[in-house]
Amino acid sequence: MQPDSSTGLNGKGQDLKIVSLISIGQHPASGRARRAEQDGRAVELGMTLAASSSTQNLTVLHAGDSQQAALRSYAGMGLESVRVLQLRESADAVKTLSEYLHKHAPDIILTGVRAESGESSGMMPYLLGESLGWPVVSRIADIVSIKEGVAEILQALPRGQRRALTVRLPFIASVDNAAPEPRQSAFGPANRAFMEQQQCHSEPDTARNGWSIVSARKRPKRLKIVKAKTAADRFKAATAKPQGAGGKIMKNQPAAEQAQAIFDLLLEEGVLR
Amino acid sequence: MVFEWLHPVLIATALLLAAIGAVRRVNLWRAGQAESVDFVAGLIAMPGRYLHDLHDIVERDKYMSKTHAATGGGFVLSLAMIVLVHLLGLESQILAWALLVSLTLMFVGAVFVFKRRLNPPSRLSKGPWMRLPKSLLAFSGAFFILTLPMAGVLPEGFLSSSTGGWILTAVLTVFIAMGLSEMLLGMTWGGPMKHAFAGALHLAFHRRPERFGGGRSTGLKPVALDQRVLGVQKPEDFKWNQLLGFDACVQCGKCEAVCPAFAAGQPLNPKKLIQDMVVGMAGGSDADYAGSPYPGKEIGQANGGPLLTITEGLIDPQTLWSCTTCRACVEECPMMIEHVDAIVDMRRFLTMEKGSTPNKGAEVLDNLIATDNPNGHAPNSRTNWAADQNLPLLSDVKETDVIFWVSDGAFDMRSQRILRAFVKLLKAANVDFAVLGAEELDSGDVARRLGDDATFQSLAKRNIATLSQYKFKRIVTTDPHAYHCLRNEYADFAEGIADDLFDNIEVLHHTTFLNQLVQAGKLKLNPYKGGTVTYHDPCYLGRYNGEYEAPRELLRSLGIEIAEMERSGFRSRCCGGGGGAPITDIPGERRIADMRMEDVQTTGAELIAVGCQQCTAMLEGVVEPRPQVKDIAEILIESLVEPLAKELH
Repeated sequence: MQPDSSTGLNGKGQDLKIVSLISIGQHPASGRARRAEQDGRAVELGMTLAASSSTQNLTVLHAGDSQQAALRSYAGMGLESVRVLQLRESADAVKTLSEYLHKHAPDIILTGVRAESGESSGMMPYLLGESLGWPVVSRIADIVSIKEGVAEILQALPRGQRRALTVRLPFIASVDNAAPEPRQSAFGPANRAFMEQQQCHSEPDTARNGWSIVSARKRPKRLKIVKAKTAADRFKAATAKPQGAGGKIMKNQPAAEQAQAIFDLLLEEGVLR
Repeated sequence: MVFEWLHPVLIATALLLAAIGAVRRVNLWRAGQAESVDFVAGLIAMPGRYLHDLHDIVERDKYMSKTHAATGGGFVLSLAMIVLVHLLGLESQILAWALLVSLTLMFVGAVFVFKRRLNPPSRLSKGPWMRLPKSLLAFSGAFFILTLPMAGVLPEGFLSSSTGGWILTAVLTVFIAMGLSEMLLGMTWGGPMKHAFAGALHLAFHRRPERFGGGRSTGLKPVALDQRVLGVQKPEDFKWNQLLGFDACVQCGKCEAVCPAFAAGQPLNPKKLIQDMVVGMAGGSDADYAGSPYPGKEIGQANGGPLLTITEGLIDPQTLWSCTTCRACVEECPMMIEHVDAIVDMRRFLTMEKGSTPNKGAEVLDNLIATDNPNGHAPNSRTNWAADQNLPLLSDVKETDVIFWVSDGAFDMRSQRILRAFVKLLKAANVDFAVLGAEELDSGDVARRLGDDATFQSLAKRNIATLSQYKFKRIVTTDPHAYHCLRNEYADFAEGIADDLFDNIEVLHHTTFLNQLVQAGKLKLNPYKGGTVTYHDPCYLGRYNGEYEAPRELLRSLGIEIAEMERSGFRSRCCGGGGGAPITDIPGERRIADMRMEDVQTTGAELIAVGCQQCTAMLEGVVEPRPQVKDIAEILIESLVEPLAKELH
């Protein structure tokens, strides 16, 4: 399927409200604060969607410190403002964000898959989805079209594969590295952008209080024994990401049977007790 | 009598219209941004600048310099005397004779201009410029005949005494009108003679007056980062004297002939660029331009105006990104126009406002911001190359004679060979030196040439702050780009951090420093045993810093007789590696490095001596078979007589 955002987004795209959530990234080599790669892609996707609709309805939202210089590198992509929910470092961003999002009720919320700094648990989209009661689509590569309240989405799978999904609005999507790269951040607009600060009620992250944080240890890597016979196999083994084995595809069975299979699996994996 | 008043009226009208045109033209320039200029000093210095600086450049082409001296000098003298004799009616036979002499001078010059235009080289613009020699001949010829009666050669009243005289007078009048409109109206209303008017004022109010009298001014001007728009978006965003400079162009195409990007078929022609700036300043289209186009682009498609964005309709951004900032055009320009300044000004807008640096540009700039080096290596791996070198760190020793500025070659394995060679030479000569280690940051050269002055300024200020902590006498670097930044550009940013840092230290290129060591007998060298050697002048060492001699002297001290390329010294052809060109990588028909290698191969050299890691990389990127490429430091260690251990302390 060819992503074709220029034609597909007409229809009912006009009055879409999009929110891209951004965090403070961290450069892997220098450890310096920067525009996070996936969050940058979330903004890029949001900007492309907003540009193809008639009204500029993209809000770029950050929960944290509005003085953080790295926020300006998102603004340098051509944003007039960045909305910041002012929080203390100890605060729980999920609660404040979900309150804000509940109140403003956007149609699409875009986030990165996981933050580059902080807890970096990758839980944010799920926690937001839980509190808002919205579907969460993980690791999307593109939003192909939005028609009559239904979005056609490409989800990124390993080895360049894509899965086409249709999702009813509103939804939360985490943006994969396979999504289009964020545009260049320019100094002028970055410097001039307005940091729209919003004071808000915040609660301390009580769960985190009990944690003690130590720096990560490099874990030993399991040796990969390649039993390939041909050069093509060796190449595949060297380049391919491992794909989960097992599972089964149920397409034609009745819904009750499909639900039962999911329930059984969750029990088996110990997710449900 | 009709003719008694006809010619004076013609002259007076032409002068008046020229004056009106001049006011209009000046207003076009005044639309530019303010720039403080010492008007009086500039005007006083102008004739000297014309006779020396400008003429020295024209003098490189003897034919043209003599032609121009005769034509231009003859015209200026003639015009002054025509005003006295024909307009004010001063009756003096001596003056009339003097006028005849100067008109003859002008006529002879014009004949040579005419000859040049019979079969003009492709670099010259055609169109109105083909008309110019005829107008020159008409002007000088007609006024010559008109002056004859006053000099007593022909009887007074000869021109109106007979029917033949009447006809002759009528013909003369046509020629005079033609000559006057070209020479006087054309000067201020935009004809070829505009170069005389704008050129004279450009010399007086030049943005880099340091260039006159043999000086050098090559550092880019800083951007005030709190401006409304960063860089140049529309023609009005240029400084007023930059606009004036564009108008001074004579379309001689010397720039086009030396431009490496033009020769490589990339969409850049410095002459067309300057003419497009004139189109932008005055408004209109480039349809009247009669010179070579940007390679691969048609003429007549570009439109501009003083308030229109240049890169939307007037100039394709690819044109701006093709430039290697080698300054060959600036060096060659007889009108001393600053092409590179204009190009970088417009790049600044593209990068800092539009965020549209092409290809790898954005990635490199992001890396420079996040890791202080263009390839995103971990900042603390900067000294990995020297793990076995036992180099003293400034953070330990605090004080040294020489700081060895390693530059980003530290991350590149080929460049590391140059660094190692240089370190070996420093140790052999017993130099007291140290390195900054991980404290050193990228010099910011690439960021600045790519138009990101914000990142450049941040790097420069942090480097200056680091340098200001230590005591040292000189900085020596193997990288001419870092050398240029440190020597010519950093001083603008030292204020408030280390005000007089750059007044008290010396910045040297390693070839200069090594030459000092060799001449002082601190390095003992065996004669070079090998084949023919040629030397490639790096742009940022030669044209940017005037260092042509030290590398050659070093090679000579090895007993090498350099097989010079036709384009060497100030005419050296760029390797294609400057100005971020390998990063923006604008497609052309050929590669600049390949063309440079052809230059090398015509000398029959087996070895190219280079003084720049970037040139080394570009030239080694040319496919084999080709001559070997070595930095001068690498050539020196091969011939180094290593001191015995006890001689070292």
